[in-house]
Amino acid sequence: MSRQVTFMTRLKAFKPGTTLVMLFVVAVWALPTVGLLVTAFRPQAASVESGWWTAIFDPMHQDWTLKAFSQVFNSDWNLGSGFMSTLAISIPATILPITFAAFAAYGFTFLEFRGREFWFSMIIALMVVPMQAAIVAVLKMFMAIDELLLMIPGNEYGDLHLSGEYPAAWIVHSAFAMPLAVYILRNYMMTLPHALIEAARIDGATHFQIFWRLIIPMSVPALASFAIFQFLWVWNDYFVAYMFAGNHPVMTYSILSMLGQHGEGWQLVMAGCLVSVLVPLTVFFGLQRYFVRGLTAGSVK
Amino acid sequence: MFEWLTIFSGPVGDIATAVIAVIVGPIATFAFYMLLNWLVNLLPAKAGNILRPYVFIGPVLALIGSMLVYPTVGTVIAAFKNEDGSEWVGIRNFLKLFKDPNFGSTVFNNFEWVAIVPIVTVALGIMIATLTDRLGAVRERVFKSIIFMPMAISFVAASAIWRLTYSWTGGGQQEVGMLNAIVTAFGGQPVSWMQEDAGTLNNILIMVVVIWANAGFAMTLLSAAIKAVPEETVEAASIDGANAWQVFWRVILPQIRVTAVSVFITVLISTMKIFDVIWGMTGGNFHTNVLGVDFFLEYFVYNNEGKASAVVVILMLAIIPIMIYQVRTYRKQEELR
Repeated sequence: MSRQVTFMTRLKAFKPGTTLVMLFVVAVWALPTVGLLVTAFRPQAASVESGWWTAIFDPMHQDWTLKAFSQVFNSDWNLGSGFMSTLAISIPATILPITFAAFAAYGFTFLEFRGREFWFSMIIALMVVPMQAAIVAVLKMFMAIDELLLMIPGNEYGDLHLSGEYPAAWIVHSAFAMPLAVYILRNYMMTLPHALIEAARIDGATHFQIFWRLIIPMSVPALASFAIFQFLWVWNDYFVAYMFAGNHPVMTYSILSMLGQHGEGWQLVMAGCLVSVLVPLTVFFGLQRYFVRGLTAGSVK
Repeated sequence: MFEWLTIFSGPVGDIATAVIAVIVGPIATFAFYMLLNWLVNLLPAKAGNILRPYVFIGPVLALIGSMLVYPTVGTVIAAFKNEDGSEWVGIRNFLKLFKDPNFGSTVFNNFEWVAIVPIVTVALGIMIATLTDRLGAVRERVFKSIIFMPMAISFVAASAIWRLTYSWTGGGQQEVGMLNAIVTAFGGQPVSWMQEDAGTLNNILIMVVVIWANAGFAMTLLSAAIKAVPEETVEAASIDGANAWQVFWRVILPQIRVTAVSVFITVLISTMKIFDVIWGMTGGNFHTNVLGVDFFLEYFVYNNEGKASAVVVILMLAIIPIMIYQVRTYRKQEELR
């Protein structure tokens, strides 16, 4: 009798009903991604003839293959080069905006000056401006810069240019990330002890020294979480990379072209997707703790 | 003279570029700020003190001004000019848009997106956060990770994944898309989902992709808010005889309202300017167009700068109220500090 009671209590504490509901939700969430994983390793014929779930139910009688991966890396799709381009855009476009934003956040948090409220309100307002609003004019501006560069002696053929190259994407990504970066870092710096900074001032430290020796080391959690956020954003971006660094096709571009080629079968696209999500998923699961902490710290975008 | 720059093309160049940028970028940035600081120190003390804050915030203001504010103004001006910006055309671009029946459908779709996606995302986020909060630590962590995972996947890859899920073979062959497999298993006829615009069904199916991708974000923030609700308030309500449902509506919900609103606004903004998913799923065809995609089509496909800018101006007009709300909320928060 008493054993039965403990069993019932423990079962109740386990919450089977809630667990079942959540298992269902999680299944719905995971299934499309499982489909990606399975399809990428199937031969072309199978991927167009039967659903990927049939392969799961009968895994021993499948012709599992890595052919799709060798296909996406061959000269037709050149995903290896796309991977490098994505990397070459993402890393600088993560580090640069954080460096700039940290300086500005320090200014907004620890320096008293006229117009501080005005400038900061403007940054808040700009957080919601859609990227589309600036695209046309920025593209034109970069073309005008290219025209100016042509006047440099020895650059008559325009070897030195901005449009379509990495720096163009770095600049645009940095500018668009800036309002949110400044906002999040400033919110974090507001929580740091002001007394400490004042003590350092009295001891004769300059703002530059305080920024570099005190504030940056203390802000590492916020800097890290924004870095993860920005890296995922830039890595997964299609819009900016396509429009500003078009000479270096990124992976999202290759995947969209693969999607356009219906005859190739699903395994090709899925292999491409799998390659493209490896890095963000590793970053994501490896640094999930910091990422979540950052999300919950500055929660407006 | 600059031919050597071509070494930066190709995979080796990509690595070289990234490495150089990663090493040189931060050093150059820091040196740049040092230089500004040094210049300000050269000035007389009084002028120096006025300008010093701008050593810190000046570069960011310059970047934002030149890359965000100035171009946005330029876009508004371009909306009143012709295809290549060479002539003024008054409000002709806007008139053309309003006369075009397809544009009506585009605007309608935007309204539908805004009406459905943010609220469903927040509701799902609250539901998942509440349910997982009741479970053991291991189950909570595993379930949350799985629901959070799509956040790390690009919208382009998400489109590919869901195009497979929604795919349609037809012609009596076996369906390889999960949705049609389910439909046929129950004896139904397979449907070409992305072309099915009856009752805006294809729109809603694309919204599912965005909700799938965003629910983890909503869940994470709302879960943190729910965990911050003081235990005593919940206990007090239970002792007073409130059931779980009442506790949720009357005790927990009011205390997570601020977070819920901020998640709502965040998703709302990203929904208004949505682009990648629809571009990847349908390219804006079959009556699934929205303003973000229409801009892209007008500019890159039809090469009409004026009309593309007019589309963006309409999008911005819709965003201005949110902008005002954001600034007001910030001002209120500052007063409380």
